[in-house]
Amino acid sequence: MIRTAAILFRKDVLVEVRTLQSLSAMALFSVTAFVLFHFGLQRDTIDGSLAAGVLWVTLLLATVLAVTRLFVAEREQGGFETLLLAPIDRTAVFLGKAASLFAFLILVELVALPAFDILLLRGTILDGMPELLAVLLLADVGLAAVGALVAALGAETDARELVVPLLLMPLLVPVVIAAAKASAPLLSDPAHAEHLGRWLLMLTFYDLAFVLVSLGVFDYLLED
Amino acid sequence: MSSPPSSTQQTPSNAVEADGLTRRYGDRVALDRVSFALKAGQTLAVLGPNGAGKTTLLKVLATLLRPHEGDVRVLGSALPAEAWKVRGQVGYLGHEPALYRSLSARENLLFAARLHGVGETRVNELLEAVGLTRRAADRVEEFSRGMRQRIAAARAVLHDPALLLLDEPLSALDVRAVELLDPLIGRGSGRTRVLVTHDIERGRAEADQVLAIRGGRMVALEEAFA
Repeated sequence: MIRTAAILFRKDVLVEVRTLQSLSAMALFSVTAFVLFHFGLQRDTIDGSLAAGVLWVTLLLATVLAVTRLFVAEREQGGFETLLLAPIDRTAVFLGKAASLFAFLILVELVALPAFDILLLRGTILDGMPELLAVLLLADVGLAAVGALVAALGAETDARELVVPLLLMPLLVPVVIAAAKASAPLLSDPAHAEHLGRWLLMLTFYDLAFVLVSLGVFDYLLED
Repeated sequence: MSSPPSSTQQTPSNAVEADGLTRRYGDRVALDRVSFALKAGQTLAVLGPNGAGKTTLLKVLATLLRPHEGDVRVLGSALPAEAWKVRGQVGYLGHEPALYRSLSARENLLFAARLHGVGETRVNELLEAVGLTRRAADRVEEFSRGMRQRIAAARAVLHDPALLLLDEPLSALDVRAVELLDPLIGRGSGRTRVLVTHDIERGRAEADQVLAIRGGRMVALEEAFA
């Protein structure tokens, strides 16, 4: 299963490297959102829960863009039939797609976080970076797991641009709340980041729950 | 044409058996009690006008769609319960080539080969067979429709399937390409085939049996050379 997931992941990365459709849209959206917040809030710097809210809402909406496009190559170019007719465990399709989405999120964050820091934090993001990285990684696992699941649900519908956000956003509320709560102290006073462990634990449970649920139901989602 | 039989004769040598196959899309009946049997090594041509249910029939046999009623066995496995046994044993060539446009011809075939556990040597053989070795590294988006169809045909037989399901496979091909593909997907391949086509002449020439459907209903099933 892991081998098949790796084959799919490799193909997705190759398609994305050639087209840059998802990554460029996500990165451009994130940077534009931070520019809008910079001018819209009319403040030189933000911190704490406001900064965490701005960061996670932006990353959530960037995720929606990627999830909407996660099965586009299969849907529009017909690769779905290649996947469905191959003698593979279809759970591998979930793992491959979730891994692709996870990688896209990491790459976008490499662009988005410096932009966030420059436009809204004035260079203070490095103070809590190790802990913030842990929050980002755990949240990204949740975003990728739920994203791959919802992308498969929406892939065969004509109204996937509507269906994907409507399904995805409510399902991602817990991960965004936990990530924002965990990030807030890291974006104001990292030395006094209380309750960080609790929120990281919640993110871990969320990730485990959705990865397990997805592994259990994904096969059925791809059935007629 | 003779009247359609009410049920198929179930024998171990049948590669495909359908008895009362019915498939709906919502309230619309796309296939209505279709019955036939296809022996291993033979070709069934499915003829009919647009919207007759030909592609739906092919997709049911490919396990891409579930039959809603009736007994369907493909390569000895009952559908939909044993669909997982059938996958990997059928080669499906739809009327659209269905290739990743941003990948090269070789990359498309290698992707499918890896999913089927097939080696790179087979990919090279098939690129040669469809006359695209020199263009193997070019992206599919640069190919003509006929060249894409040749790659799709190569992909359909990559894993040496026991059953080929072909939906208008020659529609975009010139005479040379048709000759090129004959050993792979044509009568010269010796494979068991279900061939959907609008071309009655070609269908009769290629097939051992002809199934005619209209509005989802079987109107005839007869020997092609009867």
